[in-house]
Amino acid sequence: MSTLAIDKRTLRQDTWWLEPMLVVLGLGAFAVYSTWAALQNGNYYAAPYLSPFYSPCLAINCEHVSVPLFGSWYNWSPAILILWIPGGFRLTCYYYRKAYYRSFFWSPPACAVRDAASGYSGETRFPFILQNIHRYFFWASLPILAFLWWDAIIAFNFGGSFGIGLGTLVLIANAALLSLYSFSCHSCRHLCGGGLNSFKTAPGRYKAWGIITKLNEKHMQIAWTSLVWVGLTDVYVRLLAHGVIQDLRFI
Amino acid sequence: MAEAAVAGNGAEAKMRVWRGDASGGEFRDYTVPLQEGMVVLDVIHAIQAMHAGDLAVRWNCKAGKCGSCSAEVNGKPRLMCMTRMNTFEPGETITVAPIKTFPLIRDLVTDVSYNYEKAKTIPPFKPKPKEADGTRRMYQEDIDRVQEFHKCIECYLCQDVCHVIRDHDDNKPSFAGPRFFVRVASLEMHPLDTDDRLEFLRNEAGLGFCNITKCCTEVCPEHIKITDNSIIPMKERVVTRFYDPIARLLGALGGKKS
Ligand code: SF4
Ligand code: SF4
Ligand code: FES
Ligand code: FES
Repeated sequence: MSTLAIDKRTLRQDTWWLEPMLVVLGLGAFAVYSTWAALQNGNYYAAPYLSPFYSPCLAINCEHVSVPLFGSWYNWSPAILILWIPGGFRLTCYYYRKAYYRSFFWSPPACAVRDAASGYSGETRFPFILQNIHRYFFWASLPILAFLWWDAIIAFNFGGSFGIGLGTLVLIANAALLSLYSFSCHSCRHLCGGGLNSFKTAPGRYKAWGIITKLNEKHMQIAWTSLVWVGLTDVYVRLLAHGVIQDLRFI
Repeated sequence: MAEAAVAGNGAEAKMRVWRGDASGGEFRDYTVPLQEGMVVLDVIHAIQAMHAGDLAVRWNCKAGKCGSCSAEVNGKPRLMCMTRMNTFEPGETITVAPIKTFPLIRDLVTDVSYNYEKAKTIPPFKPKPKEADGTRRMYQEDIDRVQEFHKCIECYLCQDVCHVIRDHDDNKPSFAGPRFFVRVASLEMHPLDTDDRLEFLRNEAGLGFCNITKCCTEVCPEHIKITDNSIIPMKERVVTRFYDPIARLLGALGGKKS
């Protein structure tokens, strides 16, 4: 016996192609902009603001050195030293996997719409089996968050005197959104308590798991908001550094 | 009286229903009077009564609880008895097809025995020994999480929509499907269960085939968060066991069997 044989890709009549198209445009625009910005190797610091694409800045040659790990021999863009961590974190994220498997690979493009490829092995083989390292990127994202919070704190320091500029608020929101992104991660949810069979014996982890679960339900929304915001933060700092705009100072 | 009045309104349901079996068939158009409060299954019954007494359809409860009336309405996997006619545009032709993933018997009826075969492969509940007073204790916080999984009505809409087998028939022997990931999760997270199904999940059940694209979650009539609450947590446990040497090392140091 065989299954229903119909030549059409789908019997759906709604605009199922809209969502994958928007995701391609959104992720595509971010990929193009962030690659361009990461390769600029300049205009990523406008005192006291450091662009998150270049934080922590690990080379002596940085416009603003966070930790001088790489000597003066290193004169490529310092963004390359660090962006593989948030990049890898997002690339292996359960939400983004769904987003790009659907929109870029058409595997499937939408529910009950036929896959583009005829063969399929999912995440059982190379390269997609590598998605299993996602939790290592989660761990690696934590020190980066610490640096981003540090950047937000020193964004109150205008040459020794306390101040608040629009950039200060932008950097705080950036650190907050990226923290929400990391802590709403599915791997984080598992590590906090999801891996246990009995919560009764671990009340602290049960509580943590409950909070992370609430955040996790919003992981997709947080993923997009933080992605857009981190891009806009770089744009803001870059425009300041270029002198195209002036920072708005509140204090 | 009331029925006649509504029918006299002239409101009609235009339906395009699959007629045929695995050797061939076609979509056939039927028009029946539309009445207030009808669901797709009612309209199918009206077609049976008025035009096609031999139209094959499987149903039972008409209340979204038996899981028999799964079909694809305008291309979307749904329960026919829970799909209200007033959710469609007036005058729109509504297509009803059998679920695509399983072998077609006739008209809207498919052979879902794949699912029964997969169910048999799952290692059953293996409870801990009883406590000294002869009982087993569970705590509310431990039961809350698995309760969601017990809502499953085995409609197999999730199995139908899952592209791993829907579009790739050759994966059927190596993939259990979302409904059974829900089942395994309910056992693995059970506070009293002592069996270990992680190797089974990774190998026989083919958890790695799932690429978490969430169509199973989208179609589940019981709103079980299949992907977020069962598949991804199971994937994470498989990672700890098979792909995360550091977690294994820490587990060994802590004296726990991971
Ligand atoms: S999330 Fe996984 S199991 Fe669910 S439909 Fe998609 S591939 Fe299938
Ligand atoms: S998990 Fe949901 S969609 Fe799948 S068989 Fe159960 S009730 Fe149906
Ligand atoms: S960051 Fe999205 S799931 Fe981990
Ligand atoms: S007839 Fe029972 S679920 Fe539809």
